[in-house]
Amino acid sequence: MKHTVVAMVENQPGVLNRVASLFRRRGFNIDSLTVGRTETPHISRMTIVVDGANTIVEQVVKQLYKVIDVLKVSDVSADTTVMRELALIKVSATASSRSEIMQIVDIYRAKIVDVAADSLIIEVTGTEDKIESLTQLVRRFGVKEMVRTGCIAMLRSANGATKTSEED
Amino acid sequence: MIMISDSKKSAIGVSRENMEGKRLSGAQILCECLLREGVEVIFGFPGGVVLPLYRVLPDYPMRHILVRHEQGAAHAADGYARVTGKAGVCIATSGPGATNLVTGLANAFLDSVPLVALTGQVATPFIGKDSFQEIDITGITLPITKHNFLVQRVEDLARTVRKAFHIATTGRPGPVLIDLPKDVLSNEIQFEYPKQIHLPGYKPTLQGNVRQIKQAAKLFNEADRPVILAGRGVNISGAQAELKDLAEKADVPVTVTLLGKSGFPDSHRLALGMLGMHGTVAANNAVTGADLVVAIGMRFDDRVTGKTSTFAAHARVVHIDIDPAEIGKNVRVHVPIVGDVKHVLRALNDEVTPKRHDAWNAHIAEWKLLHSGMEIREREGKFRRERCNLPDCPHPCLSAGVRADRILPQYVVDQICKVTEGSAIVVSDVGQNQMFAARYYVYDEPNSFVSSGGLGTMGFGMPAAMGVKIGRPDKAVWAIVGDGGFQMTIQELATLAQDKIPVKIAVLNNGYLGMIRQWQELFHDKVYCGARLVSPDFAAVAEAYGIAGFQVADKESVASTIRRAMEIDGPVVIDFLVEPDTNVFPMVPPGGSIHEMIEDNGR
Repeated sequence: MKHTVVAMVENQPGVLNRVASLFRRRGFNIDSLTVGRTETPHISRMTIVVDGANTIVEQVVKQLYKVIDVLKVSDVSADTTVMRELALIKVSATASSRSEIMQIVDIYRAKIVDVAADSLIIEVTGTEDKIESLTQLVRRFGVKEMVRTGCIAMLRSANGATKTSEED
Repeated sequence: MIMISDSKKSAIGVSRENMEGKRLSGAQILCECLLREGVEVIFGFPGGVVLPLYRVLPDYPMRHILVRHEQGAAHAADGYARVTGKAGVCIATSGPGATNLVTGLANAFLDSVPLVALTGQVATPFIGKDSFQEIDITGITLPITKHNFLVQRVEDLARTVRKAFHIATTGRPGPVLIDLPKDVLSNEIQFEYPKQIHLPGYKPTLQGNVRQIKQAAKLFNEADRPVILAGRGVNISGAQAELKDLAEKADVPVTVTLLGKSGFPDSHRLALGMLGMHGTVAANNAVTGADLVVAIGMRFDDRVTGKTSTFAAHARVVHIDIDPAEIGKNVRVHVPIVGDVKHVLRALNDEVTPKRHDAWNAHIAEWKLLHSGMEIREREGKFRRERCNLPDCPHPCLSAGVRADRILPQYVVDQICKVTEGSAIVVSDVGQNQMFAARYYVYDEPNSFVSSGGLGTMGFGMPAAMGVKIGRPDKAVWAIVGDGGFQMTIQELATLAQDKIPVKIAVLNNGYLGMIRQWQELFHDKVYCGARLVSPDFAAVAEAYGIAGFQVADKESVASTIRRAMEIDGPVVIDFLVEPDTNVFPMVPPGGSIHEMIEDNGR
């Protein structure tokens, strides 16, 4: 089962290395890992998607806690979260297929950010599933290049009006 | 033991001028910080980039011991730390000096030993340029240190040193490495000792959860066949008295891991001895038959559990450890308690009701009697009778099955125990000698056994004993080593000689890598490839180093030579030519269940 683990880490040199080394060393498989700045300047946030049984993920969390530069770790898989990933997909596009691609892009609320004579670049944001499904659909036109950022996650607020499905 | 160093620490503090606010070099700041951490001895080896440190080291009341290889420095600091409870400190230069520390750091990491390793580094402008003797030691040691630092500015130095000592010595202890570029050591700033340090990501849990402790006590009170498994955490936490109180109050037998040795007195009526691969039959059977296993400060290493699916299969498991990541890692746990062993045991003792387990203990006494195994036959009848409380032991006792003129390695350990009256600190190497040292010396005093457990580092014994003796000058220190491991770090004999460190070294010389030979005999078709050793005359080697050396080839001289070694005021090497093909029994075959032991190979 896939688990999403969020780790707040001190923005120290080598902290990514420490975390990555831990995963390699303990034989945990990383699906994706993203790191970025947060609202606090010296703290970075890592979102790590791991594939494994609950016991494995429990070990991941405990081992992460042992890294001195790691401040907080949570397995948010069971919580209601907003999860997003961004992808850029360069698709072959001829004059005849371009409009069909644009329609698909529209349905997915994705964007075309670059157009050339024989290709275009789609920017899509959303859950892993959404990106997966868009990719499937445009595959037949010929995907020349693709890059995905990996997942980032944030817990939804516990109360108040939460929009849950607008983007999904 | 800690008293000695504390008084020394305060004496240093009183007599020295306060350097705060003065302009100091990084090297001086480092020394000021080390003094404030109570460091009294440093094991090291100089090199180009650490020379600024060696320039100022003589100005400080800290003893520097020059080792002959940096691995020896790390092991010596390790031994020192294990018996004093303080952080051991070692220094190496950049490049090869630093990489030579790696084995020692890994050893300390796996055995949770507080160590602060200081390595030189090329000056900051040269980092990343593949400069002479530049190596990425923080990268290399990342998975074998609790934490490490590369100090980039002299302004960060004092704070880093303070953090390093704090991290190394608190929580689950471990080695911390500080990489010190040459310019950081030589640059000057106004020295400010940090009043406090801020480590938001590091908060070890000391007190156990009250509900969990109550839950554990309930299991304790209900159990019919409880067993305590004590590990090194008991020794680290200094909880030997609390453990004894708990065992006696609840009348629960106690088995120990290799590094848990001396956490519970071996000659106590509730002592089962060591468990696991070379554990006693009584210990392994008791754990297998138990309905409650209380694991205290241990981590269910595979050498302890054997096959985990059959390990303590009928028992509920209470696991007390300071490291939450150990809980549930290898064995399923019913009641986890995260906390410092001493704190948790005190709380648990208040909750547990006094109880007797006469039937269970009688059952265990039977195992002790019927499966006494070789080791008890080797011992004197007296000791055996003390152990099983039988005035007339029906089993053959000492020397019954053994030819009178042969020296068995077990016998040597037994004699060291007798001559020192069990009051020495024994430091073992790794292999058969380690198992003999663990099994045949009677450890009744806390913290009296030092060994490389997790990493199993051959060559650990003698350099570690060096550090042990410096940490505990009041105690007799015996290194029990084999003829294989001794050669791996034998150069430290020069350190013993130069610094007159009176460690007594017993070489159990059987002409083989004994444990290798044993495994080949039992599991690898008796093909003794790479096991035979032709060693030099160790007594002559010792003499060449300026150390008293003896060779003992007959049984009669064993005790007298040990006695003679104790009378010599200085280091001594005794080369015991022991029976070449003795095996360590009982033995659980690798991957087997711990109750399925080979007790004898019928020789």
